[in-house]
Amino acid sequence: MSASRRPLPGWVEIGLLPLANIAMAFLLVGLIVAVIGVDPFHALKLLVLGALGSSESIGYTLYYATNFIFTGLAVAVAFHAGLFNIGGEGQAYIGGLGCGLAVLALDRYLPTLLVIPLAILASAAFGAAWAAIPAWMQAWRGSHIVITTIMFNFVASALMVYLMVNVLIAPGSMTPQSRGFTASAAVPSMQAALQWIGIAVAPSALNLSLLLALVACVGVWIFLWHTPWGYSLRTMGHNPEAALYAGTNLKRMTMLAMCLSGALAGGVAVNELLGVHHRLVLDFAAGYGFTGIAVALMGRGHPLGIVLAALLFGALQQGGAELNFEIPKITREMVVVIQGLVILFSGALVHLPRPWLQALFARKG
Amino acid sequence: MQELTADAAIELREIDKSFGSVHAVRGASLRVERGSITGIVGENGAGKSTLMSILYGLHLADAGEILVDGRPVEMASPRDAIGHGIGMVHQHFMLVDSFTVLENLILGAEGGALLAAGLASARGELARLSGEYGLAVDPDARVADLSVGEQQRVEILKVLLRGARILILDEPSAVLTPQETDRLLQILRLLRDRGVTVVLITHKLREILAVTDKVIVMRRGEVVAERRTAETGAEELAELMVGRKVRFDLDKAPARRGETMLAAWHLSLVDGRGVRLLDDISLEVRSGEIVGIAGVSGNGQTELLQVLSGIRPPTGGEMEVCRRKVDAAHPVDPAEMRDLGVAHVPEDRLRQGLVPAFLASETSILGYQDREPFCHNYLMDGPAVGKYCADLMERFDVRPRTPGLRSANFSGGNQQKLILAREMARNPKVLLVGQPTRGVDIGAIEFIRRELIKSRDAGCAVLVVSVELEEILSLADRILVMFGGRIVGEVAAGEADERTLGLMMAGARAA
Ligand SMILES: Nc1ncnc2c1ncn2[C@@H]1O[C@H](COP(=O)(O)OP(=O)(O)OP(=O)(O)O)[C@@H](O)[C@H]1O
Ligand SMILES: [Mg+2]
Repeated sequence: MSASRRPLPGWVEIGLLPLANIAMAFLLVGLIVAVIGVDPFHALKLLVLGALGSSESIGYTLYYATNFIFTGLAVAVAFHAGLFNIGGEGQAYIGGLGCGLAVLALDRYLPTLLVIPLAILASAAFGAAWAAIPAWMQAWRGSHIVITTIMFNFVASALMVYLMVNVLIAPGSMTPQSRGFTASAAVPSMQAALQWIGIAVAPSALNLSLLLALVACVGVWIFLWHTPWGYSLRTMGHNPEAALYAGTNLKRMTMLAMCLSGALAGGVAVNELLGVHHRLVLDFAAGYGFTGIAVALMGRGHPLGIVLAALLFGALQQGGAELNFEIPKITREMVVVIQGLVILFSGALVHLPRPWLQALFARKG
Repeated sequence: MQELTADAAIELREIDKSFGSVHAVRGASLRVERGSITGIVGENGAGKSTLMSILYGLHLADAGEILVDGRPVEMASPRDAIGHGIGMVHQHFMLVDSFTVLENLILGAEGGALLAAGLASARGELARLSGEYGLAVDPDARVADLSVGEQQRVEILKVLLRGARILILDEPSAVLTPQETDRLLQILRLLRDRGVTVVLITHKLREILAVTDKVIVMRRGEVVAERRTAETGAEELAELMVGRKVRFDLDKAPARRGETMLAAWHLSLVDGRGVRLLDDISLEVRSGEIVGIAGVSGNGQTELLQVLSGIRPPTGGEMEVCRRKVDAAHPVDPAEMRDLGVAHVPEDRLRQGLVPAFLASETSILGYQDREPFCHNYLMDGPAVGKYCADLMERFDVRPRTPGLRSANFSGGNQQKLILAREMARNPKVLLVGQPTRGVDIGAIEFIRRELIKSRDAGCAVLVVSVELEEILSLADRILVMFGGRIVGEVAAGEADERTLGLMMAGARAA
C-alpha cells in the first residue's frame, strides 16, 4: 500500500534522503576502518583529498564519472521501460570491439574529424547490437532479460579474449592488445583542451568524452520526457496494459529501449579506448556496468541525478585508490567494500532513514 | 461530553487534511453508532476515501481527533487501526491470486513458524465466521478462480478474522454485478445484526436507502448533512450532495440513424488454451445511435471491447470500422484505430486508461501523444499539453483542476472523467465505452450521460458496455444482450424492460 508511505517534501526526497543514505554508509565504513586500526577521520580526509584535492585528482574523479554516466544512463533508459538491463558491462565491452574495428580500419586513411565520429557511431552500434539480442529473446521468445543480459556479459568477455588473443593482437606483441591507434583517432585530453583556451591543469585521464557524456544526458532527458517515443517507453515501463491500449507495439518498444541502452553503454568504450588507452585492450569495461546500476538507482533514473551519483562514485573510485596508496592497510578490497556499502545503503536500504525523516518532516502541507 | 459519546463506536472531530495545495478534508466531524450501518455519500473528490483512510491510519490527519469507543486514539498506521478493531476493505483487492482462500486469510497473521497450525486454526475460524455471517467461500479454491464477488467476501473475512468489530467499505459495489451487490447488502445486514459496526461509502443511493441506518453527506471536504435514512430519500440526498437539483430522467430525442460506422460479422476469439471467449458475434452500430451491450460481467464484454478497439485481433470472422476491413489476416492496432476515428474508454481505468504515476496532463493525451497539437517535429509541446489538459478539466469538471497533479492522486470519479474527456473531446466517429459511470457520483453520471447523448446527436456511433441495466436502459437506442461470449438477443430500447433483459442475461434465449 503506497499510501502508507507518507510523502516527504520534494527537496527532502531528492536531496536529503540520498545524503542520509551516504552518511549512514560512511558511518559504518568509519567503524570498520577504526576496527582495523586506522583513524577514521584521517582516512576520510585522505579519501576526500584524494578525490578532490588537486586538479589531477579532480581530473581522475571526472574521468571515472564519465564512465559511470554512460552506464548509469544505459541502466536508467531500460529501467524506464520496465526492463532491468544488467548487461551494461558486456554492451560496453562489445561497443569497444566496434570502436576498435572502426579505428583499426580507418585511422590510417581518414582525418580525425571523420574517424572519431565514425568510431563513436561504431561503439554505439555494437553496444546496441549486443543489447538487441537479449531484447529480441525477451520480446519474441519470452526469455527473461535479467538472465540473458547477465549471460551475455560472460559471452562478451569470452569472445573478446578469443578475438584479442587470436585475431586482433598486434603482430609480435606479448600482451593481448591491438596495435596503437594513430593520433587521428585520439579524443583530446582535457588538459590539452584547457591549455588551448589558456587554462593550465595537471594531466590526467580526463578527456573530452566527458562532454559526450553530458550531451548524452541532455539527449536522454529530451528523449524520455519530450518525445512521443519516450512517452510511450515510460508508459510501457509503468503500465504495459496502458501502453497496449495506447497503441504502442510492446515488442518494438522493448527493442528500441534496449538498443538505446546498449548504445549508451558503448560510450564507455569511447572514453576508455579513444580517450585513454589509444588501442584495443582487454577488460577496459570491468566493473563500470555493474556500478552503473547503483548510479541509476541513486540518481532516480533522472539524468541530473545520474550525473550527481556518477560524481560520487567517481570520487569514491579515485579517492579510494589514493587511500589505498597512502594507507596500505586499507586494501583495494576495502575500497570495494566502501563502494559496496554506499550501494547497499542507497540501493537496497534506500528507505531505511525514511521513518526518521518522516518523523522530522511529517508533511502537513 | 463523555455520556454523549458512550454509544459511538467511532467519533471523528474536526479532521483536517491537505495534500499540497489540495485541501481534501476541512474540519470534518462525524459519529458512527455502534452496531449500525452508516453510509457516506458525496461527490467525486469530496474527501470520503481520504477521511476513511485517516481513520484507518493510511494518512495522518493535519489536525483533529479520532475517538474509538469514546477514547481518543492515535492512528499512525493500519496496524494501530487493526489493534482498535477497525478493518477496511479497499476497492482494489489486496489478495494473492495464486494462493488459496485459506492461505490468503492467514497472510500476515500466520501464527507461528509452521504454517500447518495456523492453517488449521484459520480453517476452524473460517467455518465459524462463514456460518455466522453467511459469507460462504470454499477455503481451498484459488483466489484467481473466484468471481469478483467471492474475492470481496474473502477480503471481508480477512478483516473479520483479524478481530475487526468496525468495518469500512470503500465503494464495495463498484465492481459487483447487481446480483452480487444484493448478496453483499444481505451480508452487511447480517453483520450489523451480529453487532458489527459498518461504514459504507457508495455512489449508489439505492444501496444507501436499502441498508443504512444513517447517511452522512460530504461536499468539498466538509460534512454538510446527516440524515436518518428512514427520514430522507434519493432526491434530497442527491440535492445535498451536488448542491442543486439532479434530474434522474434523460429526455433524449429519438435516434437519427445514419450510415454504418462499425460492423462485425461472425467474430470469434479463442484464447491460447482453446477457450472460446467470443463466439459468432455479429453487430452493427450506425452513426447517430447508441447501442448498449447488457450482460452480467465476465460474459465476453471485455474481450469484445478489446477486439473492436484493436487491442486484440479476432481469431475468426471480420469487421469493418469506418470502411476499413479487419480480420485475422488484416489486423489493426489501437493507434490505427484512433487514426480511423475510433475512441475507446476502457473498462478498467487504473490498468488501461491511465498511468497512475503520470501527471494528469500526460494522462490526458495517452494514445494521442504523437499527434498535433501535442507533438510537432518529433518533439512534444509541454505547454500545449498542459493547456489542453486544463481545457479538458474545465469542460468535464475534473477536480482539482491541476494538470500537474499525478493521476493516482485524483479521486476515482475524477480519473474517470479525465479519461472520458480525453476520448470524447476529439469528436470521434466511433466511441466505444466500457462502464462509463463506474465509481462516478450522481451529478457526474447525469453529466456523462448527457455528453454521450450529445456525441450521438452530433453523428457519432456509440457503443456502450455496462453491467448496470438501468444505465443501458436510459442510454441505449438498441440493446444487445451478451451471455457466454455470444449475443443472445436484441431489443429496441422502447420495448425493453428490466425483467426480460434480466432473463436474457441469465442465459434464457430470446424468442
Ligand atoms: N495522495 C494525494 N495527493 C494529492 N491529492 C490527493 C491525494 N489523495 C487524494 N487527493 C485529493 O483529495 C481530494 C479528495 O479525494 P478522495 O479520494 O478522498 O475523494 P472521494 O470522495 O473518495 O472521491 P471518489 O468518489 O471519486 O472516490 C481529491 O481532490 C483528490 O484529488
Ligand atoms: Mg474514493
